[in-house]
Amino acid sequence: MASGNTDTRPLSPHLQVWRWHPTMLSSILHRVSGIGNYLGAIALTAWLVMLATGTEGSVAFLFNGPMEWVTRIGLILLTWSVSFHFLNGLRHLAWDAGKGFDPKGSNQRSILIIIGSIILPAILWFFLLTGGAS
Amino acid sequence: MKSMMTPAKRTNRLGSAKSGTHHFITQRVSSVALAIVLPIFVICFAFSGAPDADAARAWFGAPWGAILTLITMAATLYHMRLGLQVVVEDYISGSTLKFTLLIANTLITYGLMLAGAYALIRLALGN
Repeated sequence: MASGNTDTRPLSPHLQVWRWHPTMLSSILHRVSGIGNYLGAIALTAWLVMLATGTEGSVAFLFNGPMEWVTRIGLILLTWSVSFHFLNGLRHLAWDAGKGFDPKGSNQRSILIIIGSIILPAILWFFLLTGGAS
Repeated sequence: MKSMMTPAKRTNRLGSAKSGTHHFITQRVSSVALAIVLPIFVICFAFSGAPDADAARAWFGAPWGAILTLITMAATLYHMRLGLQVVVEDYISGSTLKFTLLIANTLITYGLMLAGAYALIRLALGN
């Protein structure tokens, strides 16, 4: 929405009046998950620096008591957003190669990617929480 | 009578359009790097026993973990700087806020890169 647009001709339709469809949803989720990954990268790098400098005790409250679940949900959301951005990013590379532009197939792949982005973190967290890592 | 000039006519030649190709290509190249390295990093990291601080320190400090993390970190931070830049350029129209956020984006991503590299070197050299 450019500022200083003075003429009264109709603009293209926006979110409020547009019928939602899968490729639209996956396009929006790509940006949302990208921003989520950005925040996650800041948090993970902060954790890495704290590990190296021995100051991780100052954030111990994040892993104890009620905050433990807030942290856990944040990490689960992060694994979802990384998974989604990764899978949809592979599709962006296919698009750049000129493949996969058919509307019907695109919509189907959007749904598959959304389902896949839920399955991948589910596998990862099942593995982590059942003690596979330790 | 209303001006017949279209918005496109008003903005023609006002945009940058000088470095878009470079941005486009480096965004794709870094995404190819991430497509390769991110699954390897995630799987290895999941096996490291990571929530535990001592296990994580040992993994990040070992050559394989340190190099893999450094590569993943570099590709991620490069890619996310380009990505957020586009988001800011698309949605923020006031120039003061826009340039503030664009500069902050650069400083945050470079700062994370240097701080993360420092942390990895420190862990690799055993503090």
